[in-house]
Amino acid sequence: MAVNAPVALKPADYKTDVHSDWCPGCGDFGILNAITMALAEMQLPPWEVLLFSGVGCSSKTPHFVKTYGVHTLHGRVVPFALGAKLANPKLHVLAVGGDGDGYGIGAGHFVHAGRRNVDLAYIVFDNEVYGLTKGQASPTLGRGQKPKSLPLPNLNEGVNPIALALSAGYTFIARSYAFDLPHLKTTIRQAVEHKGMALVDVLQPCPTYNDLHNREWFSQMVETPQGPKPRTYKLEDIGYNGRVQNPDDAKEVDAKRQAAFEMAHRKGDRVPLGVFYQIQLPTFEERLAANIPVLKDSTAVSLAIEDPATHRPITDLTHTYRELLV
Amino acid sequence: MIGGPQGSGVDSSATLFAKACAEAGLWIYGRREYHSNIMGEHSYFNVRVSDEPIHSHVDPIHLLATFEPTTAQIHAADVVASGALIYDPSSTKLEALQLAKGALAIPIVYGDILQKVAAETGADYSKLAIVRNAVAVAASMALLKLDLKYLFQTLEEMFTGRKAKAVPLNVAAAKHAFAAVPPDMIERFPYHLKPVANTPRLMLTGTTATALGKLKAGCRFQTYYPITPASDESVYLEGRPEYGALVVQAEDEIAAILMAISASITGVRASTSTSGPGLCLMTEGLGWAGMNEVPVVIVNYQRGGPATGLPTRSEQGDLKFALSAAHGEFPRIVLAPADPTEYFEDAFEAFNDAERYQTPVIILGDKTVANNTETVLPFKEEHLQIHRGERASDAALAAAAANGGQFPRFALTESGVSPRPIPGQRGGLFWMSGDEHDALGHISEDPENRLVMHDKRMRKLTLAAREIPLARKLHVYGDDPADATIVSWGSPKGAILDALPVLKEQGIRCRFIQVHLMWPFPGKELESLLKGAKRVIDVEMNYSGQLASLIRQETGFAIPHKVLKWTGRPISETEMVEAVTEIVKTSAPQVVLRRGR
Repeated sequence: MAVNAPVALKPADYKTDVHSDWCPGCGDFGILNAITMALAEMQLPPWEVLLFSGVGCSSKTPHFVKTYGVHTLHGRVVPFALGAKLANPKLHVLAVGGDGDGYGIGAGHFVHAGRRNVDLAYIVFDNEVYGLTKGQASPTLGRGQKPKSLPLPNLNEGVNPIALALSAGYTFIARSYAFDLPHLKTTIRQAVEHKGMALVDVLQPCPTYNDLHNREWFSQMVETPQGPKPRTYKLEDIGYNGRVQNPDDAKEVDAKRQAAFEMAHRKGDRVPLGVFYQIQLPTFEERLAANIPVLKDSTAVSLAIEDPATHRPITDLTHTYRELLV
Repeated sequence: MIGGPQGSGVDSSATLFAKACAEAGLWIYGRREYHSNIMGEHSYFNVRVSDEPIHSHVDPIHLLATFEPTTAQIHAADVVASGALIYDPSSTKLEALQLAKGALAIPIVYGDILQKVAAETGADYSKLAIVRNAVAVAASMALLKLDLKYLFQTLEEMFTGRKAKAVPLNVAAAKHAFAAVPPDMIERFPYHLKPVANTPRLMLTGTTATALGKLKAGCRFQTYYPITPASDESVYLEGRPEYGALVVQAEDEIAAILMAISASITGVRASTSTSGPGLCLMTEGLGWAGMNEVPVVIVNYQRGGPATGLPTRSEQGDLKFALSAAHGEFPRIVLAPADPTEYFEDAFEAFNDAERYQTPVIILGDKTVANNTETVLPFKEEHLQIHRGERASDAALAAAAANGGQFPRFALTESGVSPRPIPGQRGGLFWMSGDEHDALGHISEDPENRLVMHDKRMRKLTLAAREIPLARKLHVYGDDPADATIVSWGSPKGAILDALPVLKEQGIRCRFIQVHLMWPFPGKELESLLKGAKRVIDVEMNYSGQLASLIRQETGFAIPHKVLKWTGRPISETEMVEAVTEIVKTSAPQVVLRRGR
């Protein structure tokens, strides 16, 4: 194949031939497929995509995706992703990791990423357990719950990722499900295309350790006053729209945030999927560029620092020296 | 010396005075001591002035300027018999002070002077406390017989823009203070300063020197989490957006180093600056960068430890930590600059080292040089060159692009350094992982792969040891043959250099070896210098003599004498002379220094 031929890339073109060691039936497969489908749908050049992950089962994902891939440290995917995006905003930067990684050991980074609003898509594989270390309770497991991997019921309250992201300032907050591929693919695409910090919390069965919320549970019909209904449903199907039309309209912003907060805490046996909240605000990159004139039309990575012929540094410190001269 | 409660303008007074002296062509060395406190605790500033270059402070005080009783109570006893105390008789009782007999006591009623300034300029008296600085400085200059024009010049340079309206107030205050010093006292005071013709010099702190070195090197990405005494460097960079350096204040030091590492992966020169407690948090990122061969520069301004330790005081307790921080083994380069000029040069060269050997570089500074103010010759720039290390060639990228687009980022090479692509480059797709990995960067637990990959990374250290010139590894000063050989690293260099001629005058000829490259350790080079040396003395600002133990580990040479200090206060020239004299006389195995408040 000629390298420059304008051939449309298929999802398979975004996959490496690295063997995946996930358990059979793992929700990770669904998310991996949705990521490659979304990348293919957007036709992003693989070399312009930088996919970061933390540590855990789900964090092996970059090795299976044929873009630049960086498998980082447990809980640290967000600062890594952020550093790369700030240094070169032209890259499409995605971050993936588990719920223990993002909401547990990485919770501090998770919160501060919201405050900054860097243009990133962060996909959290949320299965309520630490799979790679044999199924301990993760931060999203509810209190009193006891998947088969726990000797006793969980003592901690579960964290609410949607509400947490909302409080922290994420500007795109969505939930999807690992085996609802069309919805997940579309949601990931929306997260990537959103200009700002996007969270997709993906509910994902762990077939090995989480026997409470397994694939069967997600596919069950649930009894409601209106009769049996599927476990999961789409927010737009109940007329919910979390997208802020006018970010300068404080009333609309307040109303949408409150609605999202209520929706994030909705009780019951049914699980809503979709975009809880979205708002367009200036990104951190834009705010930085406003302070640093040269970054308006350039990136930190592309600034010249040496004379290519002589390798002499080209930064001229004269005016700063003048301030210090005596 | 000038002292006072923190937040009362001690720093400004000292800087004003130092700058005025420097404007008169003199060399200055300013030592700043402060508490971990915003306002109220006692702080002080020594300014040493000389017509020759100086690199340290001395313990005796020749002129103590105060405007409240605490400073006088704490420091008056250190004023020499031929010295002088400037004090405010309306608040400070002379009888309560332990001032040496013969020392001059010069009363300056600050309130009276401020009243006169208020009357003269129409300014609100209650808002004039800030000009106390100019009063203390001008009274000192009167005593030192230094023309006030240097102060006026300095005021005009320091107060510009919106602050310019403070100039006439300060000038008025200075004139009254200058006139308030009795002429007979001036004549009796033996330390008069004469302006000297001098070449232009820079007056700056170590953090500023580092920031300038980074800018010159093309560092365009700096991260930090606020910590004393490192933040000044990042704040300085942030205040100079014209150079295009992006500065990010992270949520903690973990994020700070990771953002820098990640930015570096994308091809920008990136660094972070911190102090001991921050470096503790950075260790996991440090190990990851080592494993993934990412160039990153970390500046650690050491302070008293462990834990919060002495947050605003100086120590050299992090040497062994810097050499071994993070679990497992990986190559790292550790530099220990000792003065502002070396801070500038090391900040510049660290990026070359990081990119040439694709590994983390730690610069070990300390609070002493970080915060102290010195006059130094303008930095030499003619020899500076930027080396970006091995990058993937266009041909290699094109070949990879034609063959699936993946690039062997961690390819085995003889030197251990593999050409690296930059994300965004077509044909450069690679992976990175904290796990052991293969040439593409994919996880591998294969023992054969581990064998060669670990060796590939570690042998970059051999390359670095071979390529880094001797001139960056060790510096030798003083006499040879010598009665004593002093071995040290980092900031004690200043006191040692200043002590050498004093010792020589006393009949003790010393040679001084400064170890500059701490890792890869220049063991062979040092060994040849130490062989047959008489009376070798290790000088360090820590409890255990970490350099001495490193030298023994790397050369087998056991240094018989140690001069150590761990009070958090820097070593003075005075102490250095005393300690070496004592060891030469008594062969004491260890001298522990304790001077300084």
